[in-house]
Amino acid sequence: MSFRTYFEVAGADRSRLEHELLAQRDRVATRLNTVERVVAVMSGKGGVGKSHVCAALAGGAARLVQQGVGVVDADLRSPTVSRMLDARGPLIVTDDGVSPAVAIERIRVVSMDLLIEDRQPLSWREPDGDSYLWRGAQEAGALREFLGDVAWGSLDVLLIDLPPGADGAMDLAALYPNIAGAVAVTIPSEESGRSVARTIRASLAGGVTLLGVVENMSGCTCAACGSHGPLFAGSAGDELAEEFGVPLLGKIPFRTAKTASRFTGPEEKALVERFLEVLA
Amino acid sequence: MKFLCVTCDQQMHFTERREPGDGTFAAAFSCPGCGHRIALLANPMETQLVGSLGVEIGGRTLEQQPLEFVRSNVVGKDDAFEDDGGRKAGGWPTWSNAAESRLARVPGFVRGMVKRIYGEYAHERGIGEITPEVMDRARVDLGLEGM
Repeated sequence: MSFRTYFEVAGADRSRLEHELLAQRDRVATRLNTVERVVAVMSGKGGVGKSHVCAALAGGAARLVQQGVGVVDADLRSPTVSRMLDARGPLIVTDDGVSPAVAIERIRVVSMDLLIEDRQPLSWREPDGDSYLWRGAQEAGALREFLGDVAWGSLDVLLIDLPPGADGAMDLAALYPNIAGAVAVTIPSEESGRSVARTIRASLAGGVTLLGVVENMSGCTCAACGSHGPLFAGSAGDELAEEFGVPLLGKIPFRTAKTASRFTGPEEKALVERFLEVLA
Repeated sequence: MKFLCVTCDQQMHFTERREPGDGTFAAAFSCPGCGHRIALLANPMETQLVGSLGVEIGGRTLEQQPLEFVRSNVVGKDDAFEDDGGRKAGGWPTWSNAAESRLARVPGFVRGMVKRIYGEYAHERGIGEITPEVMDRARVDLGLEGM
């Protein structure tokens, strides 16, 4: 018996798997037709305040743009940005899709935090064992539906708050090639700078444009005496911006005051203005 | 993937898919030349691998529901969605009391979606009222494991 290869056997694939996968991408592209810019907020390192920066960008931009701002919390296992923006469920399902939650400044938000029980981990219905085999595909499927099944409506910008790691923006671009670019978030430390540089390189290799760098926790103001000093040694934000030839969009200080949750400090305002300039 | 009838040297056609509810699935293919039929039987791990892609071998039988993959695969909270199950005007099937009672036992996270799926199944077949018997038939026809 002589075997033939897949491509030697004539006729369309009757399993229709490839057709379905292409249809999934089309669904995302069609849904995002009404969104002018899709921007990833990324960092290779956890704990740098990426979600805080994403919320600051969303909150500030929403006050300045015409159509509105949306946020996809793509950090499925550790979703935080929806709480920062005070987004609440339930999500309303219509024949056109799922309506996003409406947060402060009328920001439209979808997040796993709105779907799973409070203080519980993300858990999948699956057979016992070997979950590492399909977990990545499941998470990609969830992100795909957050983009393609949510009735975003007309937006000036849709921010994607990616989980820590090097591959997020690249995976997003594979799903939605029209992404406008990514903003990289770091803290001042050398360690963070190294980690974020890896993520930026992976993203550039995946065809994602780097729009700029944000240095978060860039110094701290003493609540008692008002003096300002460094929180971490280093200047990773400046160094990354120079290394990759992109603007340093802003330096956000660490704040202890509760009002920080509304993202209205002068540094945040300056960050948003530069971000919108870069997007224009 | 393609299935080749070696005897006829022709690609076999997809004919039927079943998901009996034990985590496995079966897909049947037949040869257009000699009529020979084979079945692909996948174990739970293989079924999960395909399911993780959000696709169905042989293609979809019903329109994709909003957030269908998330609602089918994530352990979510009961009140995450406000979903009336796609209440539609004129000609949309009604629900018998027994069917409504049975639907009420479905977890809230997926209940509205399940209601939409049964509604579309019945509507496409010209069924005016959804009863437990219709739900049973739909489960078999559509492979609605756990619904």
